[in-house]
Amino acid sequence: MEDLYRRYGKGLTAAFCLLTAFWLLILVILPNLYLFENSFRLYLPISDVGGPKDVYTIRNYLTFLQSPIHVTVFFWTIIYSSIVTFLCFLIAYPLAYYLSKKASPKSLPTIFLLMTVPLWVSEVMRSFAWFIILSLKGPLNIFLIDIGIIEKPIRWMMGFRSVIIGLVYTYVLFMLFPIYNAIQSLDTNQIEAADDLGARWWQIHWRVILPHAKPGIASGSVMVFMLAAGSILVPTLLASTTSRWFTEIIQQWMFESQDWNTGSAYAFLLLILCTVFVTVVMRLFRVKLSDIAK
Amino acid sequence: MTRKSDWLFRLYLLIFLAYLLLPLVVMGGAAFNNSRFPSVFPWAGFTWNWFIELWNDPRLLNSFKNTLLVALAVVALSVPIGAAAAILVNSLGGWVRSTLYSLMVAPILTPGAVIGISTLLFWNRFSVPAGLHLSVLGQVSYIAAFVMLLVLARLQSFDRSLEEAALDLGASHATVLRRILLPHLYPALGAGAAIAFFQSIENFNVTLFTRGPYDTMTVYVFSKVRSGITPTINALAVILIGVTLIGAIAYEISRRRKQAALEALGPPPADDE
Repeated sequence: MEDLYRRYGKGLTAAFCLLTAFWLLILVILPNLYLFENSFRLYLPISDVGGPKDVYTIRNYLTFLQSPIHVTVFFWTIIYSSIVTFLCFLIAYPLAYYLSKKASPKSLPTIFLLMTVPLWVSEVMRSFAWFIILSLKGPLNIFLIDIGIIEKPIRWMMGFRSVIIGLVYTYVLFMLFPIYNAIQSLDTNQIEAADDLGARWWQIHWRVILPHAKPGIASGSVMVFMLAAGSILVPTLLASTTSRWFTEIIQQWMFESQDWNTGSAYAFLLLILCTVFVTVVMRLFRVKLSDIAK
Repeated sequence: MTRKSDWLFRLYLLIFLAYLLLPLVVMGGAAFNNSRFPSVFPWAGFTWNWFIELWNDPRLLNSFKNTLLVALAVVALSVPIGAAAAILVNSLGGWVRSTLYSLMVAPILTPGAVIGISTLLFWNRFSVPAGLHLSVLGQVSYIAAFVMLLVLARLQSFDRSLEEAALDLGASHATVLRRILLPHLYPALGAGAAIAFFQSIENFNVTLFTRGPYDTMTVYVFSKVRSGITPTINALAVILIGVTLIGAIAYEISRRRKQAALEALGPPPADDE
């Protein structure tokens, strides 16, 4: 701090501090505190705000606990987001290993460019693409019937499977890139040494590469889980009536019931869920927040 | 670790790329199919109708304009904020640094719905109605963190004695910032601006809750998809993919040219970052 003052003088140091304070206080901390405070208040007509009925209560949270449907949806969201996270890891890890250690470095920029094309096309479009593919008379069913794997078209958009397919497709790259970065910093000599000393391929992965990739895996898991659990587009477009996502219920409170207080209680639950997940992953992988964020 | 496994990996990579890109091809194909419902089977003949219908939709142009405005405002706010925060955090140490750092990174790990709702409620308290200005503020709250991370990484390779030398030689504080620190940070600031721009265009969750009566591209597409699907959305997707591909190919060509030029010059200098 003193150092900053010495280098950039009073005015600039104050400007840096003010900009940072504006961001952290006014854009991040205060809105979140206000969300928290609001979740303990009731949704009242304007005439009652500030009146005797305007008291702190946990009724909004009780609404959640007393609604079996909402609690179930909450837990399914957790379970299916975890499954999506795990699937993304399974798909991304071999690829990250291949790209960082075996693929020819010359072809890498082109491969990455091809991979990022779907990222530039917005999430709505990507979910919509799967909406077309998975529809009853869609290309996937016709293809599977043509090559004789199935006889009758499958109703894909039933239960959670279409949501899982859509979420994995949308977020797998958020798993791939951090793991790729982590494995890339591993000295290839270590892999060769393990190989020379007679380790089997799975031992090399289990004992040498996976431990080194830990921060990348942690970072990817946290991102994918948060994005999946907080996703609005994919579940709305691809889910059926039997599969609802927690964000859809938040939306209902906010837009259909116009009850912002209960909505903020539900949003706060989602925030807690993600915070808990981050903490658990950090403990499990023994990494710090600074390792997770790039 | 044999030839055979290398072959398998290659096949896997090919399948993965197909998995990423084929859905986009299907979606593009449906834009030219003369059928009310967006699909590639059965093929009912080639048509430009959906593009014409798209062009005649005034809401689209409006939402496109709104998206650009929001994105530019987000860049204008998040780049200075992110840079200032990185410089500040970089000059601190100990627990203050790690606390501030965690606070700054936290918005990246916050679901967009939570950011959107908290921004909406907070400003509503001061009677600021929902609208694109709130979308900007909500988006900045997490996009500034990306800029901060990029600038912070770049600061690690900064030689601080340069600043001291300049100060000793009588440069003013503003000059030190403008002539020494900022030029070093330009690549990170540029990358940060690009990321901020694209993150903003992509954003849906924050915008949905804060937008009020206004449309952005993502929200517009979403409402179209929900209210009655027509292949005009596919036509829009084709245009977006087309623009992306042209940009990507142009980038790739310029990269190959640069590389060829570098190879013609001989080995690169050792101080390459």
